[in-house]
Amino acid sequence: MAKGKVATRGFLAAILSTSLLVSACGGGTSQGSGLEVIKLATQSPLSGAYANIGDAIRQGANYALMEEKDEFAKLGFDIQLFPQDDQGDPKQGVANAQLLVSNKDVLGVVGHYNTGVAIPSSVVYEKGSLVMVSPANTGVDLTEEGKKTVHRICARDDAQGPAAAMYAKNTMGVKTAFLIHDKTAYGQGLGDQVKAQFEKDGVKVLGYEGITVGEKDYSAVINQAVSKNPDVIFFGGIYAEGGLIVKQAREKGYKGIFMGGDGIDSSDLANIAGAAVEGVVYTSVAGDVTQTEVGKKWAADYEKATQKKPETYSVYGYDSMKVLLNGLKEAAKANGGKKPSREQVLEAVHKTKDFQGQFTKVTFNEKGDNQFAEVFIYKFENGKQVFVGKAE
Amino acid sequence: MENMLQILPQVLVDGLTLGFMYAVVALGYTMVYGILEFINFSHGEIFMVGAFIGTEVLLIMDALGGLQGLNPFIALLMALVISMIITGMLGVGIERVAYRPLRNSPRLVPLISAIGVSFLLQDVVRFAEALHRDAFYLTGPILFPGKLDIGIAQIPTKALIVIVTAIVLMIVLSFFINKTKWGIAMRAVAQDQSTASLMTINVDKVIMLTFLIGSSLGGATGVLFAQNYGTIDPYIGFILGMKAFTAAVLGGIGNVRGAMVGGVLLGVIESLSGAYLGPLTNGAFGGEYKDVIAFSILILVLLFKPEGLFGEAVKEKV
Amino acid sequence: MGTFRNLMAKEQPIPLLLTLAWIAACSVALWVLKDSVTSFVGLILSVLIIYYTNANKWLRMALGGLVLLVIIPYLAGGNSYYMEVATNIGIYVAMALGLNIVVGFAGLLDLGYVAFFAAGAYAYGIFATAQANEFIPGDLFPLGGEWFWAFLIVGLLVAAVFGILLGLPVLRVKGDYLAIVTLGFGEIVRIIFNNLDKPVNITNGPQGLSSITPPSLIGETFSDAFHFYFIVLVVIFFVVWANLKLEHSKLGRAWIAIREDELAAQSMGISLLNTKLTAFATGASFAGVVGVIFAAKQTFIDPTSFTLMESIGILVMVILGGSGSIPGVILGATFVTLLQVQLLKELSNYLHELSQAGILSLPSQLDPSKLQRLVFGVLLILAALYRPNGLIPSRRKKEDIGAIKSHAHAEQKQGILAKLTGRKNVS
Repeated sequence: MAKGKVATRGFLAAILSTSLLVSACGGGTSQGSGLEVIKLATQSPLSGAYANIGDAIRQGANYALMEEKDEFAKLGFDIQLFPQDDQGDPKQGVANAQLLVSNKDVLGVVGHYNTGVAIPSSVVYEKGSLVMVSPANTGVDLTEEGKKTVHRICARDDAQGPAAAMYAKNTMGVKTAFLIHDKTAYGQGLGDQVKAQFEKDGVKVLGYEGITVGEKDYSAVINQAVSKNPDVIFFGGIYAEGGLIVKQAREKGYKGIFMGGDGIDSSDLANIAGAAVEGVVYTSVAGDVTQTEVGKKWAADYEKATQKKPETYSVYGYDSMKVLLNGLKEAAKANGGKKPSREQVLEAVHKTKDFQGQFTKVTFNEKGDNQFAEVFIYKFENGKQVFVGKAE
Repeated sequence: MENMLQILPQVLVDGLTLGFMYAVVALGYTMVYGILEFINFSHGEIFMVGAFIGTEVLLIMDALGGLQGLNPFIALLMALVISMIITGMLGVGIERVAYRPLRNSPRLVPLISAIGVSFLLQDVVRFAEALHRDAFYLTGPILFPGKLDIGIAQIPTKALIVIVTAIVLMIVLSFFINKTKWGIAMRAVAQDQSTASLMTINVDKVIMLTFLIGSSLGGATGVLFAQNYGTIDPYIGFILGMKAFTAAVLGGIGNVRGAMVGGVLLGVIESLSGAYLGPLTNGAFGGEYKDVIAFSILILVLLFKPEGLFGEAVKEKV
Repeated sequence: MGTFRNLMAKEQPIPLLLTLAWIAACSVALWVLKDSVTSFVGLILSVLIIYYTNANKWLRMALGGLVLLVIIPYLAGGNSYYMEVATNIGIYVAMALGLNIVVGFAGLLDLGYVAFFAAGAYAYGIFATAQANEFIPGDLFPLGGEWFWAFLIVGLLVAAVFGILLGLPVLRVKGDYLAIVTLGFGEIVRIIFNNLDKPVNITNGPQGLSSITPPSLIGETFSDAFHFYFIVLVVIFFVVWANLKLEHSKLGRAWIAIREDELAAQSMGISLLNTKLTAFATGASFAGVVGVIFAAKQTFIDPTSFTLMESIGILVMVILGGSGSIPGVILGATFVTLLQVQLLKELSNYLHELSQAGILSLPSQLDPSKLQRLVFGVLLILAALYRPNGLIPSRRKKEDIGAIKSHAHAEQKQGILAKLTGRKNVS
């Protein structure tokens, strides 16, 4: 028994000392470069099933920050990325948000991926006047609650959904549709919008079904869809599930059009779906990089620097960070070259007007939505994403 | 309505394919539970590791040009065997490090280390794939692209392969357990560890063997899964593991036949409710309720037969 | 019997002076350094040290109260992140204590506990937003913040009803079959909450409920982490008090009796039905109350907060801390929550800084910010291996087993003895 007691004490001591050590390390952040430290955070899921998307956002933002690091050093600032893992969990997101708000060096946030995480976290940002620029939240509610700190550069579901539905009807001439969504805030939100527009335009909706994210066998729902032989199957969700659904639908002999939103805008869709990806149509809020010489060069540079091809979400992350950095620069200028306060950065970012990002032009309206957020149509041809045009 | 009947054979075929996969994974849960009375939570992750190893083997063979001209059955067999060997050893290693030291501690404690092992395996695979291929979704080459058209339904060849392989594995397993010396030793240990050890059965070795077989079965299912659905990620083990465990309980945990029946039943129930709930309720309750149906049936079965469909009622001794 | 008496005594208590010095040192450090995580964690841990201090009960309680009610809010109250961490710890401590009644006391393995948490959260969430207008006519909602206090009781009752609902089938199902029934129940509840936006929109489905009214009292709105810290503290006080009362009550002993041997307990005249149902209802009600607080604190809830992983997480807290041991479960919940919301984060931020400064070179695929779950997994394995009975094992269990092991007939290992000493019951 005496041994047991010693072990108890030893273990307690061990926890104590390790936790102290760990936290002691986390404590100090002073650096001796003479520059004022400014931290710009990213909040995205870096672990769990959405980790690759969250990581793309982080990498894109990091790339944008690295590009301007030297420029800011000349202004007397040491800008650093402060990446946080929100795990796609509202609780973690809020805790991270509190961490960011309580750290005086943090002047802006790029995030989130999940609208369900963004909404409660933005309540905290609002209290701390910390500006947030969202690269990926398309949920309508986010900017409708009137929070000053909330901004997004991407299009809302109620812009993208109707645009997609109208394109399907007017350009592709579909008369019947079957909608599948992934039962997440994003997927269902988009699906609802598309469904509403279809019903308004007289396209017959043959079915509206949800699936479970993370499963790989969607044959049950697909059997139902294929048996009704709709002109178009629209999927509201992410490419991981979208790729499997298009593949399994084609295997079951579906011949019609397959369509999705910006969630399936990824080269990985082709990897997952294989040959079945041919002819998949999707809407996206990012303009095409590869159309222009500048864009091509950017993509090549990005790949060289990060050893990764630019993904949609890294592109959004990049532009969000650029908007933030632009605001920061303006705020510092207005503050006489001194480190601006959060309120000043917020004001400067909110005033962003006609800022030309790599992929989208940005002007925020009163709510924090991007006026220039446009919807584009793309199509997979020969396994490549091909730009079709702007959706009207 | 006519439309709905038309797809019924197809729905059943898909349900059976999924069900047989549940069944083989459920075997792993059931075997470990039968012997140690312990829910091996990390079994789903072993399945996932198996899927990755099998797919990597095929990808490497493909990259070396080995898949051209090679009989797809031999390729599949190679992937299966390599994956089974590695996952079997992984299972034994996990047992040795994370479970054996806990054999005499309170019953729920191994659950904690099993959850820890799950997290560890998920992230290790994820990092390995991220370093190796830069993405953690992995899509392997498809060995059997064809399908069998039998008029009322189309059976993809790969689904047939899944079902046949699963049945072969189960037959071999039940022969092993019932007829061989080691199988009998396993059953003896499941009955009573201390008596078995008195009968000169090496309990540690039997438990090791159980993990070896259970894990390699899990690994084999992983390969089949990857072949059937094409794409895998490090998180497939969680949902499938949960379903397979449900299947094991439905059939009667600790019982090999029960695991098979439970798995197939669960697969078919899911497939049926996914395809028919929406049309039957006019869209009020869609296919997203399929898990609700599956779990409700499980609860109902357990209410009327608390030991599962094939489980033996355990009489309690006072 | 010597060991028996040894166990009754406190395990090598810490001298009072040392405890005071520790508290003083951490307080001063937090005061001087402001944002020092070390001293904040040190302060939280001081509650544990106080528990082991060589002093009488009242003095220890006074010290604990001083730390929790005065020192922490006074020194860390300005930092909303620390208050958030402390509030989260409180929420999980309360839930873990509730689950401890089901798992630790009554020995019923519950893998769907988060359903009760969800029930409480949604009970408040639906009526404290405009959501309830969807199915109740008359533009009555959202309710004002004053209703929050009433909803603490409503949440308790709703969760208790859920607990009884879950408890009913449980009477026929035993052992690990119970685990899967509760797992299924938890999943059913989550899926239904995720889908009840049609035919009638009750939960708003995956879109979740946003802008939940924060609590208010006589015109004062409580919306900061600082306020929730105190609300949670009050609730924990009641939960701990109820746990302590229950543990040694007739009911508590009945729970433990059915945990150790159902048949024997039954033959001693304990009603299985009542005992098990009260265990489920009591455990569930704690989760319901903190569910209401969680909803009010987050101001947004959606079904992703109530997954199976969450249930497993709470179970981990209970077993890791020491199933059946109240101080153990509190420590377990504190330890796991602190790791998840603070320490792992600080560690990865620190590693990230190292790699940015070029001291540590890691490829971007292995960025430290992604390592949190992996580290958590390793810690779980280590904790299970090195503290199999929990961080602070249940004293009663140790006493009982100690007594039985030293009993003359212990070697025969029959009936209850066989069960307690870890051998299988021969049937």
